[in-house]
Amino acid sequence: MRTDALTIDFAHDRDVEHIDTFGNRAFGFWIYLMSDLILFSAIFATFAVLRHNYAGGPTGKELFDLPYAFGETMFLLFSSFVCGLAVLAVHHDRKGLVLLGLAVTFLLGLGFISMEINEFHSMVLAGNGPDRSGFLSAFFTLVGTHGSHVTFGLIFMAVIMAQIATKGLTEPVRSRLMRLSMFWHFLDIVWIGIFTFVYLMGVM
Amino acid sequence: MFGKLSLSAIPYENPIIMGAVGGASLIALVILALITYYRKWPYLWHEWLTSLDHKKIGIMYIILALIMLLRGFSDAIMMRSQQALAAGASQGYLPPGHFDQVFGAHGSIMIVFMAMPFLAGLMNIVVPQQIGARDVAFPFMNAVSLWLTTAGALLVMVSLGVGEFSKAGWSGYAPLTERTYSPGTGVDYWIWAFQIAGIGSLMTGINFLVTVLKMRAPGMTLMRMPMFVWTTFFTNVLMIFAFPVLTVALALLTLDRYLGMHFFTNTLGGNMMMYVNLFWIWGHPEVYIVILPAFGIFSEVSATFSGKRLFGYRSLVFATAVIMILSFSVWLHHFFTMGAGPNVNAVFGITTMMIAIPTGVKIYNWLFTMYRGRVRFTTPMYWTLGFISTFVIGGMAGVLLSVPPADYVLHNSLFLIAHFHNMLIPGTLFGFLAGYAYWFPKAIGFRLNEEWGKRAFWAWFIGFYLAFMPLYVLGFMGMPRRLQHYANLAWHPLLIIAAGGTGVILLGILSQMIQLYVSIRERHANRDVTGDPWDGRTLEWATSSPSPVYNFAIIPVVEDLDAFTDMKEKGIAYQRAGSYHAIEMPKNSAKGLALGAFAFLFGFAMIWYIWWLAVLSALVMFCTVIARSSDDHVDYIIPASEVQEIEEQRYRELAFAAVNQSTEGQISPQPL
Repeated sequence: MRTDALTIDFAHDRDVEHIDTFGNRAFGFWIYLMSDLILFSAIFATFAVLRHNYAGGPTGKELFDLPYAFGETMFLLFSSFVCGLAVLAVHHDRKGLVLLGLAVTFLLGLGFISMEINEFHSMVLAGNGPDRSGFLSAFFTLVGTHGSHVTFGLIFMAVIMAQIATKGLTEPVRSRLMRLSMFWHFLDIVWIGIFTFVYLMGVM
Repeated sequence: MFGKLSLSAIPYENPIIMGAVGGASLIALVILALITYYRKWPYLWHEWLTSLDHKKIGIMYIILALIMLLRGFSDAIMMRSQQALAAGASQGYLPPGHFDQVFGAHGSIMIVFMAMPFLAGLMNIVVPQQIGARDVAFPFMNAVSLWLTTAGALLVMVSLGVGEFSKAGWSGYAPLTERTYSPGTGVDYWIWAFQIAGIGSLMTGINFLVTVLKMRAPGMTLMRMPMFVWTTFFTNVLMIFAFPVLTVALALLTLDRYLGMHFFTNTLGGNMMMYVNLFWIWGHPEVYIVILPAFGIFSEVSATFSGKRLFGYRSLVFATAVIMILSFSVWLHHFFTMGAGPNVNAVFGITTMMIAIPTGVKIYNWLFTMYRGRVRFTTPMYWTLGFISTFVIGGMAGVLLSVPPADYVLHNSLFLIAHFHNMLIPGTLFGFLAGYAYWFPKAIGFRLNEEWGKRAFWAWFIGFYLAFMPLYVLGFMGMPRRLQHYANLAWHPLLIIAAGGTGVILLGILSQMIQLYVSIRERHANRDVTGDPWDGRTLEWATSSPSPVYNFAIIPVVEDLDAFTDMKEKGIAYQRAGSYHAIEMPKNSAKGLALGAFAFLFGFAMIWYIWWLAVLSALVMFCTVIARSSDDHVDYIIPASEVQEIEEQRYRELAFAAVNQSTEGQISPQPL
């Protein structure tokens, strides 16, 4: 096992000390994402336990509109794709293109969130809110936790866009952008789990 | 305007609570007045509250832990004295509602606000120095963790005088904690205190995992890491895996209580057993989170004071790794009686028994480390020996409880209470107190008084046996836990002995207070000028005591497991550097403190349904985070000349100490 590579890196003259701050931050962020994945898995597990506890209320089959959920999925997947393009533009130092890419990502993400809020809103109006049954509590919490992550991601994105606009593509800004992109892709993966597990299996 | 909060929330009619509130407020006022009188606010602000120095953050964590230890211990005294009194015709002095709050507060405080901050404090002070780093990977996040933990602790303290604390125990089982059965604010205090402190702990876990993996000095391969670093590393992994589950359990309970959802209710499709599962998926690893670092401390202490390399280092590392993994496979043993079926219970019973194997390995490691060693009987060594002999008893009681049929008989009885106190007091607390005595000179700069330290040990040790051995017997006699009153007079004599044991432990705590007082008074005589008061073996002893802000002027190169012993043997331990270079360190920041303060306000507002304040404090926290993450100038440079000045001063003191010590015939460091 090679473990030397993980220790502090020194320049050859041993006089200039170099701690890889941005590398550490990226690594720390990975670990945070893994802990967030555990948070989601605990909610997934709760959903799995409660998914048939309708308590006389509506079932997933009656509530879910698969084409609608597919539309949401497309918004989110395309936003991740564009986000990937924006990161590619960072490597070419194309500031304008990065901002454009992030703006499109932002709008697609906003589209996703608006569709989700609309879905929640109509369900609550129809009397099928989270307090209706154990199943609906779990549904709203699982999908809502993902949705609130996306919302925080959007705010995070707006802050980074402001930083790119004012500071340019400096080293710290790039490192934050990388972490944002990691976060955004991570939310995609979680959503695919939700789409499969909640929506597809729900209407089956 | 103030939600549910009104003046009637203050329990005026209860003299015991008001006495406690009055006492605590008086002490706080005196401290604040003294700080103001001696004009120490600027010092406190610049040197402590806004500091991002891991050593100072560590000291503040330990101060928090010691204060909360006093609070948690007062609860223990109240429970033991109530049970010593409330037999047969007597009802004692605590009414049921109050008694229920006391045992809930005791458990919550001791685990989350005593053991966790103590662990985080020791980890903060020691880990970066043992791996030869200047600070942790994320110094600002470290301060945020501290202040979030403090905010949680403050919420528990406030619940004493404003409203009430949870009457549903520290584990908060649903549906008792649901709105229907616990409509008051007690459960909400418990939820938000745990939630806020839990997020702080998760951040500590991430921070130290990255620190240990990425910040080690050159030459320190994984298999050259001191045992304490290894055990904290495993603890961090556990924190990262376990704390999100606690966050979820509490969040779902919050949704049930605040938005009328049905996760754990017994109506409309809720499943209360889901709560118990989620809670213990965090709760069981949590006990390993607090005990593994203590195992690390015992390893360091026994190697240092036996003057020998740790016996079976590799086996200790692997045993700890096995414990880390197994700790996630045993949570169901907390509720064998739930009715999961014999096969499920058998699996969890067997995994539970298996944990005894790696733990047993460790006991032999420590014993063989001492075997044929030149053992010095210092205070930390006393705690270690007390731990080894006592812990084994608790471990065997645990193996007994892991047998499901036996658990059906003993579950929820005082046998269980005796068992887990027998693990956590000698395991965790003795370990942390050993670490406190062992690293005190490194953190503060002078040694603690040995006499009073040993007195404290004997009082704790004897008091522990008196307080908890009767509980094993009472468990076999069928006494359930958490009884405010009982009619069976056969239990009474044993409960009086247990109460007496608590009194002896009180003497131990008093001895520790006296120890602190005496040590501060005699600080000049006990000053640690060499930076190596115990003839230590690991890197933290290679620098001065207290260490300079940058820890090491030149980052050491590690060539052996016992890095500092190796340096001393090669005669390069106190070698002077040819030249120094500038060092970059994190600037102070008040934002960590601000986040903690507003997290406290947020929690308080949520508890009392003061929605505007909750929104406002959440917004302030949010903006603070954005402001911090937009700041690219968070470090400052210590010029080489200043580093040189600090180091020169140290070498002057070392030379002076060498002259003084060699006249006393002691081992002296050789400054070159």
